[in-house]
Amino acid sequence: MNWFKKLLPSRIKINSATRRTVPEGIWTKCVNCNAVLYRAELVRNIEVCPKCSHHMRIGARTRLEYFLDAEPRQEIGAELKPVDALKFRDSKKYKDRINQAQKKTGENDAMVVLMGRLISMPLVACAFEFDFMGGSMGSVVGERFVRAVDTSIEYAIPLVCFSASGGARMQEAIIALMQMAKTSAALGQLKRKGIPYISVLTDPTMGGVSASLATLGDINIAEPKALIGFAGPRVIEQTVRETLPEGFQRSEFLLEHGNIDMIVDRREMRDRIASLLSILTHQPAPV
Amino acid sequence: MNFLEFEQPIAELEAKIEELRYVGDDSDIDINEEISRLQKHSQDLTASIFSDLSAWQVSQLARHPQRPYTLDYLQRLFTDFNELHGERNIADDAAIVSGIARFDAKPVAVIGHQKGRDIKERIHRNYGMPKPEGYRKALRIMQLAERFKLPVLTFIDTPGAYPGIGAEERGQSVAIAENLLAMSELRTPIIATVIGEGGSGGALAIGVADKLNMLEYSTYSVISPEGCASILWKSADKAEEAALAMGITTQRLDGLGLLDAIIAEPLGGAHRDYDIIAQSVKETIRQQLDELQQLDLDELLDLRQKKFRSYGFTQ
Repeated sequence: MNWFKKLLPSRIKINSATRRTVPEGIWTKCVNCNAVLYRAELVRNIEVCPKCSHHMRIGARTRLEYFLDAEPRQEIGAELKPVDALKFRDSKKYKDRINQAQKKTGENDAMVVLMGRLISMPLVACAFEFDFMGGSMGSVVGERFVRAVDTSIEYAIPLVCFSASGGARMQEAIIALMQMAKTSAALGQLKRKGIPYISVLTDPTMGGVSASLATLGDINIAEPKALIGFAGPRVIEQTVRETLPEGFQRSEFLLEHGNIDMIVDRREMRDRIASLLSILTHQPAPV
Repeated sequence: MNFLEFEQPIAELEAKIEELRYVGDDSDIDINEEISRLQKHSQDLTASIFSDLSAWQVSQLARHPQRPYTLDYLQRLFTDFNELHGERNIADDAAIVSGIARFDAKPVAVIGHQKGRDIKERIHRNYGMPKPEGYRKALRIMQLAERFKLPVLTFIDTPGAYPGIGAEERGQSVAIAENLLAMSELRTPIIATVIGEGGSGGALAIGVADKLNMLEYSTYSVISPEGCASILWKSADKAEEAALAMGITTQRLDGLGLLDAIIAEPLGGAHRDYDIIAQSVKETIRQQLDELQQLDLDELLDLRQKKFRSYGFTQ
């Protein structure tokens, strides 16, 4: 305590416990730099901290809300719901985990697919919902993604996918693993038609998702400082018994090692993707 | 013979039989009758123990130190095996063996994970855990197979892709993903057989196929039982429960529509008789290859796409 605080009457001492909690809705705090931010300002800034540029994790619908033009929008595969085919249970039943995740997120599963427009250019956009069981890929995610590919092929319009996922969903075991093959096979069809696919890897994209649909883009983009990799950093540390290098498995590290095409700030994502797609599809530059 | 914990009663009987044989050599009492009685008993006991194995016991068999590995099958299934090395870039990954050979005199390409028997070889083979260069070598051989119209036969036996710093730097995810896509459209028949451990994406990266077979006591799973336990149960000690919950055995996988054949193993497991299990694998592959080679390539690829498209359960 410094000399100035000692002079303060005790009743106006700042209580550090209450100071840390900010009222929900009006104020929020950057998880990276701890700056106290106006919620409204953060929303204007697409959930990127105006002080330190930290990209907060955002939900699937919020993501697509920011990304697509306001009109028109059509959801694809919304009717698909998860099934507990293996009667899986760990400390909790898979069924209960599904219910819980559905209540928490308001989504049926961990991916949302919308057909819409980006600066007037028609396309199909997918986004993972990380809050739904860690954005894990099971049958519903796999099927929705394949339907997104089918829609792209049907209308000959580009596909964009924002991934945020821990990997394949363990509760769907081998069936989840096979979604890696299923989604990759569908992307093969898309490539043969010459329709562009842009994959945007956001924090975090790991395991079976990173080892399938998320790294198969004609162009792979990452948001700044996203954790991207196959094996989790803890597993690697335990296996190799070495301290991991600084910035290991972060976007900047991947760029340096030649694994991704570019890092794009979320606030520039719309313009950048529109520019890339317009070149690949031989259209005039977007305005 | 190496016995697992749940095989201890069999091990004790076998030890007794050995002892009697030893006594029999230098005594004039005829104990042959007793030996054959005990042998029969040992067989019955083995049959009874193996008729009701838990998922955890099966996963121990799949990782048995004496289990036949890819090279053991290569020796017995093929003639003129020519190993081809390297992905033409940075290294030859010994966790994957690949090459061209003859199967019933017909030219084929072969790719498989390879584990090591002793410490030195295990390290050399990196415990059967490939790095990106291993998957890229496999891809190169598959593309070579396509060019020269050779069917691709793969043998899966890995705990998973290697979780290492260099492997991540060199793009483990990309290497696996690119194999999945390439295999889905490779214009030649592909038959994959899980001979031991089918560990996650590291297994699938050489496992996208027209026909998928599993040996009776092999396993195939999205993550190792230990990995699953440490994430969902927060303790690797719960691997036994995780193995059961994930349904990694042929018995549990059978009803899911993923497998084309389950290949029966000799009594006591594949490691009890390499020649018998190799013969069974050979029969299965021979039949499937005949069937696949009758299809024209467009039809083959169409069926393959449909097969992968059908994977999944939703409502």
